[in-house]
Amino acid sequence: MEYEAVIGLETHVQLKTKSKMWCGCANEFGAPPNTNVCPVCLGMPGVLPVANDEGLRLTVLTGYLLHCTIPRFAKFDRKNYFYPDAPKNYQVTQYDKPSTANGYLDFEFNGGMSRVRITRAHLEEDVGKNFHFDRNSGVDFNRAGVPLLEIVSEPDITSPDMAYAYLNALKDVLVYGGVSDCDMEKGMVRCDVNISVRPKGQKELGAKIEIKNMNSFSGARKALEYEIPRQIEVLTKGGKLSQETRRWDDVANITETMRSKEQAHDYRYFPEPDLMPFEPTEAWLEEVSKRVVELPLARKQRFMVDYELPAPDAETFVNDVPLGDYFEKAVASAKNRKAIANWVINNLRAKITETQIPLAEVKVKPNDIPELVALVDNGKISSKIAQDVFAEMFTSGDSPAQIVEKKGLAQVSDTGAIEKLCDEAIAANPKSVEDYKAGKVAALNSLKGQVMKLSKGKANPALVGEILEKKLKA
Amino acid sequence: MLNQLTISELTGKLAKKESSAREAIQACLDQIQKVDGQIHAFLSYDAADALAQADAADKALASGATHSQQPLLGVPIAIKDVLAVKNHPLNCASKILGKFISPYDGTVIEKLKAAGAIVFGRLNMDEFAMGSSTENSAFGPTHNPWDIARIPGGSSGGSAAAVAADECIATLGTDTGGSIRQPAALCGCVGLKPTYGRVSRYGLVAFASSLDQIGPFTKDVRDSATLLEVMSGVDHRDSTSVPQPVPRYHSALTGDIKGLKIGLPKEYMIGGLDPQVNAAVQAAVQQLQKLGAEVVEISLPHTDYAVATYYIVATAEASANLARFDGIRYGARVDGKDPIELYSNTRGAGFGPEVKRRIILGTYVLSSGYYDAYYLRAQKVRTLIRQDFLKAFEKVDAIVTPTTPTAAFKIGEKSDDPLQMYLSDIFTISCNLAGICGLSLPCGFTTNPKLPIGLQLLGKPFGEETILKIAHAYEQSTNWHKERPLLKI
Repeated sequence: MEYEAVIGLETHVQLKTKSKMWCGCANEFGAPPNTNVCPVCLGMPGVLPVANDEGLRLTVLTGYLLHCTIPRFAKFDRKNYFYPDAPKNYQVTQYDKPSTANGYLDFEFNGGMSRVRITRAHLEEDVGKNFHFDRNSGVDFNRAGVPLLEIVSEPDITSPDMAYAYLNALKDVLVYGGVSDCDMEKGMVRCDVNISVRPKGQKELGAKIEIKNMNSFSGARKALEYEIPRQIEVLTKGGKLSQETRRWDDVANITETMRSKEQAHDYRYFPEPDLMPFEPTEAWLEEVSKRVVELPLARKQRFMVDYELPAPDAETFVNDVPLGDYFEKAVASAKNRKAIANWVINNLRAKITETQIPLAEVKVKPNDIPELVALVDNGKISSKIAQDVFAEMFTSGDSPAQIVEKKGLAQVSDTGAIEKLCDEAIAANPKSVEDYKAGKVAALNSLKGQVMKLSKGKANPALVGEILEKKLKA
Repeated sequence: MLNQLTISELTGKLAKKESSAREAIQACLDQIQKVDGQIHAFLSYDAADALAQADAADKALASGATHSQQPLLGVPIAIKDVLAVKNHPLNCASKILGKFISPYDGTVIEKLKAAGAIVFGRLNMDEFAMGSSTENSAFGPTHNPWDIARIPGGSSGGSAAAVAADECIATLGTDTGGSIRQPAALCGCVGLKPTYGRVSRYGLVAFASSLDQIGPFTKDVRDSATLLEVMSGVDHRDSTSVPQPVPRYHSALTGDIKGLKIGLPKEYMIGGLDPQVNAAVQAAVQQLQKLGAEVVEISLPHTDYAVATYYIVATAEASANLARFDGIRYGARVDGKDPIELYSNTRGAGFGPEVKRRIILGTYVLSSGYYDAYYLRAQKVRTLIRQDFLKAFEKVDAIVTPTTPTAAFKIGEKSDDPLQMYLSDIFTISCNLAGICGLSLPCGFTTNPKLPIGLQLLGKPFGEETILKIAHAYEQSTNWHKERPLLKI
């Protein structure tokens, strides 16, 4: 029998706010333990939470980016459980009335487009971090109270690779949208996996198994690559699977039982009485919606369609947004878009890397690039000279026309002047002339090189070839 | 004796330089020395710190500070052990907090200090404000100054007893289901529970977050208005505080209540009501009529469900609120081989029986499979109870009831019967569920023994001015508030 996997993901992402969700402590990674703390995020007796407005804005912004509906009434709830990293022994989260719901994420996968529906993205608070030493343990509460978005997908994912592609696409959206830095190393993204298998064609879902403790996207993929065959094997051997939570062991590369359904927590959710329900006004939502940016995939497609760029060029402008924006300014009224893309990607970017001058401080004005391309296309300068002109543009900020004018770099197409130079070259290189006449066609190139040298590179190369040939055959 | 004065009397003397703040706090400290051995209103106090605050107040007075700028300048005010005062112990009358010292001032404490008050002492209470008699304190009960064999009420029993025994000029307490009004009634002082959201809860160790409010205990109604004005106002640290302007409560104290309509809820005239309490309340109602108020019968049909609703909502919230006391970050710890055992050991040793009972009850009503039947239903009934009051307030300006069904009972009398104990809050609980304001003031005494009886006035949301006005007019036309317990010294 053939089996198929049904996968849903719960992704936790730290929001990019200056301060924590309920207090004024810095939302900052890497500070010495327990230095970004106050009575509120330590859960001292008598303290109260006050919602960080930017945390609420970024939550709703994520909703917009993931095409969610934004309910006009959302609320916070307490999720009760005891653990040393939880300062209050309950987590403030959104249970039945989240701030966003019913969205989707489109992404490229297997050479086509895939869509995973988003059940909801709800706001909650991060907890502290436990550390275990030889004889005792400690908790660092710097992270406690950092705003955390839990993005829950529908079980639309069918393979480990698709899960991996989804996670990367989600990350792109969040980083791109300015919602989160999604820095894995700093624990800004974490994900849990829900996975079941069923015989292909069967409608009912199999027993849902949750896997926790993956600390990277590739870890999630590896866990699924292990777990799917494991579940299929249990079923094919006539065994039964039951709902449970498993832990991914990234050393042994296996999953193992953490708790069964019977041992599952009863979180006893109830409305958080210390916070008012969140009822955004239309004006507030309008402000947030202004922060919606173009998403990576949409941008890539637009660059490919509008500017007729090949996929790699479009991707370059997706990955480097300022460079893409620069290209868009450069290309605005120009015809040879591919040439402009080449100059921006190959020359401008190389110069930026070489000189470490940020794009914002680069002297080359976007509309100078099409001017340079036009000079080459119209035969005013050779592409070799164009390289020199660009180098000069980068250092001085002058326009290509100014540089060509100032330095006398315009290509020489005056037949009289070129004939004179050709005569000089023929006279100075009797050996090459002899070779050519003896049938060695390559000798013409050597003579051509001499002429170019004499013209300091300014002679129109096509014209030089033509005149030399005429003279030698005469 | 300066410790016997009201806030307005003391500030009058301080302003005229007839007395100093140091003399005032010293008089309080002397009285505590004399009587608190039998009352046990105070869990602790720092005399040196209090005297230093008094000296600072005297210095400010000498350099021209006035009570119109700082209405509490030089006035000693003691604090229930559930409110955070920076560098003072904060125990909630529980063992679980160990030697915890508050690292911060609650908002109300900040406001009191800014108004010039001498903030001193930790007042006894039922552990985590759970109780109606102060017998649930982990540090021993407080005794009623009118009869030390009796309870002072609770949970703010220490706050009420300290005012009644003139150990202080005024005190702060908290009220979740009657914890200010009930002890105020049983000790013969004025206790006010403000409208939910009127006073910031930042710094109040939560019992039931949606019901808790901080309020004053005073010797007369004018002092209650003074303190309320200082304490009130929206707070950026409490999302549930309401941006409602704070009125000049004193201007409401005109003595004129002619034409005001006062409702008498028929559901409150129940069988268990003590005849002497009933008689005192009836007499008070007649007095209000004599003063020109119109008294009409009203109905609050869902009254019967209030106690049950309360014990579901309050315990549910408490079960989460008290989860933070786990021995990990602060307070007492009893170690274990793993975190779960550490929690069990710490909480098993740290919490008293009533607190455990309520945590278990609250955990139960929130549990999967029971949530809808208990918590969700209780929330719906709570809405109905609030609607009862809002409907009644369309017809009347205030509601009058007895504060308690009986006068103070004996220590130990109900401590084995939690249900009987819960019923002693039967008249005060609805006010918290509805989120409205309420006040208790003396309206007479029982005979043999002589014990205070309290009259409760309930007001509209943010209707504190009206109930203060009525209470003031009534108080000024009677002498009950001038009576003092005879303490054996």
